[in-house]
Amino acid sequence: MSETKTLPTKAAVLEQMAEHPAIKAILAWNATALTDAKFDRGELTLTIAREQIRQACEAVKAAGYNALQTVTAVDWYPAAPRFQVVYQILSHKYKEMLRLCAMVDEADAAIGSITPVWAGANYYEREVFDLFGIRFEGHPNLRRILMPEEWVGHPLRKDYPVEGYR
Amino acid sequence: MNPDVGTPILEAPVAEGSRDQHMVLNMGPQHPATHGVLRLVMEIDGEIVVRVYPEIGYLHTGIEKTCEAKFYQQVVPLTDRVDYLGPMANNLCYALAVEKLLELPIPDKAQWMRVLLAELTRLNSHLIWLGTHAMDIGALTVFLYTFREREDLLRIFEAVSGQRMMTSYIRIGGLAMEPPLGWFERVQSFIRTFPEKIDEYSNLLTGNPIFANRLKGVGYLSAEDAVALAVTGPVMRASGIDFDTRRDMPYSSYEKFQFKVPVSDGCDVWARYLCRLEEMRESTKICQQALDGMPEGRIKADAPKIVLPDREAMKTQMEALIHHFKIVTEGFAVPAGEVYQQIESGHGQMGYYVVSDGSAKPYRVHMRYPSFADLQALETMCQGRLIADVVAVIGSIDIVLGEIDR
Repeated sequence: MSETKTLPTKAAVLEQMAEHPAIKAILAWNATALTDAKFDRGELTLTIAREQIRQACEAVKAAGYNALQTVTAVDWYPAAPRFQVVYQILSHKYKEMLRLCAMVDEADAAIGSITPVWAGANYYEREVFDLFGIRFEGHPNLRRILMPEEWVGHPLRKDYPVEGYR
Repeated sequence: MNPDVGTPILEAPVAEGSRDQHMVLNMGPQHPATHGVLRLVMEIDGEIVVRVYPEIGYLHTGIEKTCEAKFYQQVVPLTDRVDYLGPMANNLCYALAVEKLLELPIPDKAQWMRVLLAELTRLNSHLIWLGTHAMDIGALTVFLYTFREREDLLRIFEAVSGQRMMTSYIRIGGLAMEPPLGWFERVQSFIRTFPEKIDEYSNLLTGNPIFANRLKGVGYLSAEDAVALAVTGPVMRASGIDFDTRRDMPYSSYEKFQFKVPVSDGCDVWARYLCRLEEMRESTKICQQALDGMPEGRIKADAPKIVLPDREAMKTQMEALIHHFKIVTEGFAVPAGEVYQQIESGHGQMGYYVVSDGSAKPYRVHMRYPSFADLQALETMCQGRLIADVVAVIGSIDIVLGEIDR
């Protein structure tokens, strides 16, 4: 944890952190699915191709990152791809946090659900669906969770006004 | 009365088709045992719970969205309102996340004060849990006792921050102000007598056969389920997972404190009760260590462009006045990046995911609160059990609806 160096690119992370259990697991599983990586402020972020997020979660889970903490998203409007889906995964064994990311386009705002890997992703994915409008394919019960069922729009999107539409 | 009607229908179809003829029972959102505006829609088969659908969102105020429209320092009072039973923990987690983004070192005294306040907050949170949990089970007296001690704690919070509940005392870069004269003595006298109070609660409950029988073997949650359902904190530790953020991923100099992490293999409501009771004793020890070893020094980081100047400096020095004006009117820019900071709150692992785009307002603040995940586990804990146990289970996961709905 005392490392304060910053590794901003994938090449630098792969070169200097090749022994990291999560990176090893991802590389052993499918090196092409890892589209980006960075190490910043003591936190490792791995960006995974959207189609393969579920398998990536399975790979890091098998490598000891056993406890999903949260699933959320960031709206980078008007950039493309627009959404960044974020998975925070804790390892009880290594006492370390790992962040997986996947970029999702606005036109096809959908990503595979990771509920088969961690049942606890259920509510978090519903929340992201509710507030960002990103669909999770294969989710058992993808309904709104915080907003009323009949609500129109997704409030945490950047083009949704803070005061709402009046 | 008429022999032609009723007799065969009464016997056969009810027994045969009972699996399909579940009754739907609504509990809440206005119900004293749901600890807020929680609505549970339960499918029941007689007295047995088949499914539980929590309906949440009644308290949703869009705090995460509001944060995006505020300066970094203006978010601190918003965080108070999320977990309203543990305000200092919210402040601490947010402040740590932003300080991580800023890479701002915090003076020792501020760190130790934060530990002390975080532990007092944990006591506050656990006291409310214990009182309401016991009240749900039918032991009303404990509620009166725990709220007596909670009142002392709220007075301590009021003395240090000016507010009983919405304290906003832990700020980005340190603390809001120096604690007043005599404050440490007040905390000391509270800490000195508190272990006896825990014994008092324990005397009322632990040996009480009615209480014990309502709790033992109820709300079973296996270790695998606890991790899979993202359950954290005392509920996870009562299922036998030995992980505490304070010990295993220390923040705010928790590594300098000695304390035990209570773990139990009971996996039931009773184990959670014992774990939390033990946690209160350990918290008291941490508070004592913090009081004994409180370092000297400043309570704010030396960062004039981020931390508001002292009142006197602001009134007498031009520089300080300019900084004050700049911070209040324009905020301060935070370098671009993303961080996730987690702490151990009274309920479990609290996490703030803060994304900065380099401006003075957070680009995204996501709050990960333990109750949200614990509520998912409710169905697992209640399925196939009696409907009366649902109340005991809700009490044992210690949910706060403010942090679920945000």
